[in-house]
Amino acid sequence: MSTHAETIARPPVIEMFDCAVASTRAPGFAVLPEVNWRVSLDDYWVIGGPTGSGKSDLLATAAGLQRPLRGTHRLFDRELAGLHESEQLRERLRVGMVFEDGARPFPQLTVEENVALPLRYHRDSDDAAIGQRVAELLDAIGLAAFASVGPTALPRAFAPRVGLARALALGPEVLLLDNPLAGLDPRQERWWLDFAASLAEGHPLMKRRKMTLVVACDDPRPWLDRGRQFALLKENQFLPLGGRADLERCNEPLLRDLIAAKSP
Amino acid sequence: MERTSASAPRFPNGRARPKATLARVFLNFAGYRVIEWMDRMRELVAFLLIALGVTFTRFNTAPRVTRPLIRAHIYRAGVRLLPMIAFLGCAIGLIIIGQTVSLLTRVGAHTFIGTLMVTVVIRELGPLLTAVVVLARVGAAAVVELGTSRAQGEVEALEALGIDPIHYLVVPRMWGLAVSVFSLTIYFVLIALLSGYLFAFLQDVPMQPSEYFHQLATALRWEDFAMLTLKSATFGIIIAVVCCYEGLAKPLRIEEVPDATTRAVVSSVVACVLVDALFIVAYLLI
Repeated sequence: MSTHAETIARPPVIEMFDCAVASTRAPGFAVLPEVNWRVSLDDYWVIGGPTGSGKSDLLATAAGLQRPLRGTHRLFDRELAGLHESEQLRERLRVGMVFEDGARPFPQLTVEENVALPLRYHRDSDDAAIGQRVAELLDAIGLAAFASVGPTALPRAFAPRVGLARALALGPEVLLLDNPLAGLDPRQERWWLDFAASLAEGHPLMKRRKMTLVVACDDPRPWLDRGRQFALLKENQFLPLGGRADLERCNEPLLRDLIAAKSP
Repeated sequence: MERTSASAPRFPNGRARPKATLARVFLNFAGYRVIEWMDRMRELVAFLLIALGVTFTRFNTAPRVTRPLIRAHIYRAGVRLLPMIAFLGCAIGLIIIGQTVSLLTRVGAHTFIGTLMVTVVIRELGPLLTAVVVLARVGAAAVVELGTSRAQGEVEALEALGIDPIHYLVVPRMWGLAVSVFSLTIYFVLIALLSGYLFAFLQDVPMQPSEYFHQLATALRWEDFAMLTLKSATFGIIIAVVCCYEGLAKPLRIEEVPDATTRAVVSSVVACVLVDALFIVAYLLI
């Protein structure tokens, strides 16, 4: 792996050793029985896999939302299983997660309240400060005009952006994106790719700090020239492919299949 | 579990069943139901204890999020139900109490009116009817709301934001409903007693208002106030806990939400009646 030498130098943010990732649909069943994965600071991972290969379960486990059935899971060099609940929460909040299928905004709250909820819950700052931060976030994702409507009243393509802003509200260092481009038109797709790139480069919203990104997708094509590390989920296995240069030499049939799947 | 027991004669724990005779089949069936029922009870009680625990351990966590939520639930389950409770109180007053009063007067037993009203309206009918109304209007809606958000993964989204779903979804509902059922019960009782007298008055029952209220006042004991408070608040907590349990506690698919709602309504009514029975025992012991 060409990136191997440099990943050693950077501190790890997510590590999974010999992890069995449980399936949310059938708890107790290991959808990925053996994952060895290390995400280092400033990485930009793209994980491809066909539908039902366990991408969402892998991300949920990596974010600490779901316990692995077996093995070690560390966030920022601290093993989650051994931590007290409040400590665990602190580490977990450094990882943001954007869910698939519209990013699951809360339909009872307005767009503004959705984004403000984590700030209100975790921060002691006054309403004015929270309001300002929410306005910044909504400006950045281009939903300022929709602040006071419910997420179900939004155009469908905009709903996932609410989830994105909500995940960024607490200023996480790592962002996990679960199939963010599914069902979007090319223009929306470009917005997401560019926004992810600006986050990876250091967005003003995040105080220009570079973010570590992990993207799971069933169509890796748009991400091929964006990501820096690549992996595949194939037949219940986690297959790291290496960097962009390794990708060209890679003759993994599943990768060819995923890339060819939709091309003309 | 049920699938395995249907395909082969096995116990839920996997052990082979002995050959079935009619008596044994019935016993097995009944026993299985009892065990299932007790399991559910255990889980419900555990859920209640967790919610109570979270109330205290996170009492000072995010008050700016949870306190407005409690207010919102009091408004939804209490204030907005007031007209309905007033209507029902009036109706019960006219139908039951008015008739009872005039009947008792006719047979010359009007000295018992106070005791009767206190027992029937204040102790039993008030809390139970209010609880059923709140369950029908708010509890069932809560199961649908929570079940849908569970099915759509919003609970995981809350967890991803570091928000405890019990603290955010269950605890405000629990205390909101406790306060609502308690307050609505008071209104129900007052309205029912007043409209009951009104009906009796319209029927020319020879009874002064002062006598009616004097009888009520002498029949009331301090336990009645304590028990009414405790009982109505408990009913509120039971409804909230059962409805939240059905909606949230287990992974749910969207097509299972109607079933969960039905289950929640049935279990809430049964649980309220069972607790009511416990309160009767408490009354007898005092």
